[in-house]
Amino acid sequence: MIALSLALMLNSALSLSKTTAVLPTTGRHPLEQTALRHGARMFFHYCVACHSLKYMRYSRIARDLKLSRQQVMTHLNLTGGRFNDPVISSMPAALATKAFGKVPPDLSLEIRAKGAVWAYNYLNTFYLDPKSPIGWNNTVLPNTTMPFPLWELQGEQVAVVGKDGHQVQKLEIKQLGTMKPAQYRQATRDLIDFLTYVSDPAALQRRRYGIWVMLFLVLFTFLAWLLKKEYWKDIH
Amino acid sequence: MTSRWRHWLEERLPGLTRMIRRHVTAYYAPKNFNLWYYFGSLALLVLLNQLVTGSFLAMNYKPGIATAFDSVQYIMRDVNWGWLIRTMHTTGASLLFVIIFLHTFRSIMYGSFKKPRELVWLLGMLLFVVVMAEAFTGYVLPWGTMSFWATRVVVALFATIPVIGPHLAEWIMGGSLPADATLNRFFALHVIMLPLLLLFLVVLHLTALHEVGSNNPDGVEIRCGPKGNRWGKHYPADGIPFHPYYTLKDLVGVGVFLLVAAYIVFFAPSFDGWFLERNNAVMADPLLTPAHIRPVWYFSAFYAMVRMMPSFAGTAVWGPIAMSGSIALLFALPWIDVGPVKSIRYRGTGYKVALGIFVLAFVGLMLIGSNLTDVLFPWLFGANINLTKWTMIFGRTMMLAYFGFFVFLGLYTHLGWEKTRPVPERVRARG
Ligand code: HEC
Ligand code: HEM
Repeated sequence: MIALSLALMLNSALSLSKTTAVLPTTGRHPLEQTALRHGARMFFHYCVACHSLKYMRYSRIARDLKLSRQQVMTHLNLTGGRFNDPVISSMPAALATKAFGKVPPDLSLEIRAKGAVWAYNYLNTFYLDPKSPIGWNNTVLPNTTMPFPLWELQGEQVAVVGKDGHQVQKLEIKQLGTMKPAQYRQATRDLIDFLTYVSDPAALQRRRYGIWVMLFLVLFTFLAWLLKKEYWKDIH
Repeated sequence: MTSRWRHWLEERLPGLTRMIRRHVTAYYAPKNFNLWYYFGSLALLVLLNQLVTGSFLAMNYKPGIATAFDSVQYIMRDVNWGWLIRTMHTTGASLLFVIIFLHTFRSIMYGSFKKPRELVWLLGMLLFVVVMAEAFTGYVLPWGTMSFWATRVVVALFATIPVIGPHLAEWIMGGSLPADATLNRFFALHVIMLPLLLLFLVVLHLTALHEVGSNNPDGVEIRCGPKGNRWGKHYPADGIPFHPYYTLKDLVGVGVFLLVAAYIVFFAPSFDGWFLERNNAVMADPLLTPAHIRPVWYFSAFYAMVRMMPSFAGTAVWGPIAMSGSIALLFALPWIDVGPVKSIRYRGTGYKVALGIFVLAFVGLMLIGSNLTDVLFPWLFGANINLTKWTMIFGRTMMLAYFGFFVFLGLYTHLGWEKTRPVPERVRARG
């Protein structure tokens, strides 16, 4: 157990130190409803053109985020799917392969696989790179073929390179977008929160039941202990 | 009413009440069990949990490489309470290993493997091996990237065997790569064959134990001590009926254990990637090799032994030999450690030190197997350290310590070097 908890600590230390930026901590509950709804709006506005969420149904999003069927079908669902259908991008695979060299990956389990910090940093470290065929590059996923979808919001970042002319030292905003840097960080944080929820929608219920189960078990253990004590009184 | 019903049953199945008496109400266990003695009943509890949650998973899981991954997501998202059932199953798997490691360590520490309990120990070790096989076959079923690579790595162990190895590997997988045939046969093993074997072995394990009676933290045989207690004059004076005393005591242990388990299930189901690994959230793809292959935590010590062994004489079989040897030596423990004193409480200092080193070696090997030394070493000794070299040196030292434990113990007890302390006549006050 000791080894295990040590391992746990080390593991989180490792995953943080590897990345260039860190999730802004806002002090609020990790999966808060307004943030999730904002994140969902961002996803369906900026990402669904290319990325699917094949394990996520519109109806489930409506239920979990407390949105009406009509809200979901008119504001989020831009792909023409039915209410009970999963979120499938309308980008044809052949077209995507031609444009980006590969089909944009499904993002249903992206956060389970890569972690929220990784994905957040990915969205925050795009920079202008004239050498890249799409004009953008990224420090987390170098030579990525995803055209930076949020550049209107963040603006244009440029890289300050080291003496060797390659190693990116830091990123600087050259031209501000429609959002201030802090606003942009918050917006991407909400988007990642939404994708975190999509990776494991049961998390919302889990936390709700968990506390009651734990309270019941405390009571159960206490009663069992009283009973045991009573029976063991005469054993010496 | 109850007595009439019981009478009816007794007439037709007299063995049942006899069995309940023998194993529960009139099984006299030493009164001084301590914390370490909770883990046997907890292992039973978790085994039961695996059987029940596993059955419900099997109702919705679809074996086959085209359907397996999707069906697990279907369970997590669309099946009512599916997320709870699956998380209980995955958490249970890891916790069963925590429990078994502690249960086995208890048996070593208090000499429970010694005469007259050698058979109990052998059956326990057999259980350990079958539980490992059960865990491995289960790990393959979700057909994530790690499922695929775990299969390749494990099968590669068999493939190192000279001459027959490659054929054996192909025979196990039903092909030259993990594929549909592999997944389907592992499903059958995981849900039918191995669980039946486990149940059968558990019955034998407990029957064999109750035949000779439980050991205890003092390592004193209560059946050899004075007779006569409140319940009868033939029963051991220091024994108390399993029910209601230990059923109630174990119930408290169950409560505490369930609190820990529930915390994980409800608040940390992936345990930060240790119980449910990140790479396994990506469907298996033979063309995609993950950057970091590391075994699931409970196999990491054994995997480290394979990694630390060099290949020489033209074969890589030495790794698998070391790994199976590390388990085979445990099987042989009753004949390696022949010291007359059972419990660590009254054993020589040499024994205590050796056991401590053995535990450290096992933990050290776990750190290597799970790649944690890659973080730990630069942190401790600076970023410029030659990782490959020092991991090798550290790992081989740990292996030496692991195997050295058995060599030392053999010499120490066979040659009579051990200076033991006097063992009390009877068990000391209850634990
Ligand atoms: C124009 C199409 C397009 C749009 C719009 C788009 N992406 Fe992408 N995305 C891609 C492509 C193509 C890749 C593969 C990039 C690569 O592998 O280098 C990708 C990769 C990714 C990855 C990395 C996946 C991995 O694990 O390697 C993430 C995360 C991601 N996108 C998130 C988003 C988010 C969030 C949005 C919305 C803000 C978005 N994408 C919008 C095309 C797009
Ligand atoms: C599924 C796995 C297992 C189950 C369900 C199980 C169950 C039990 C139970 C219920 C007991 C009696 C209570 C106790 O002594 O704690 C017990 C005793 C024992 N077990 Fe296990 N066991 C398992 C695996 C193992 C393993 C892997 C070993 C080690 C080789 C082992 C060795 C022993 C020994 C030596 C005893 C007697 C202990 C004593 O009397 O001091 N068991 N087991």
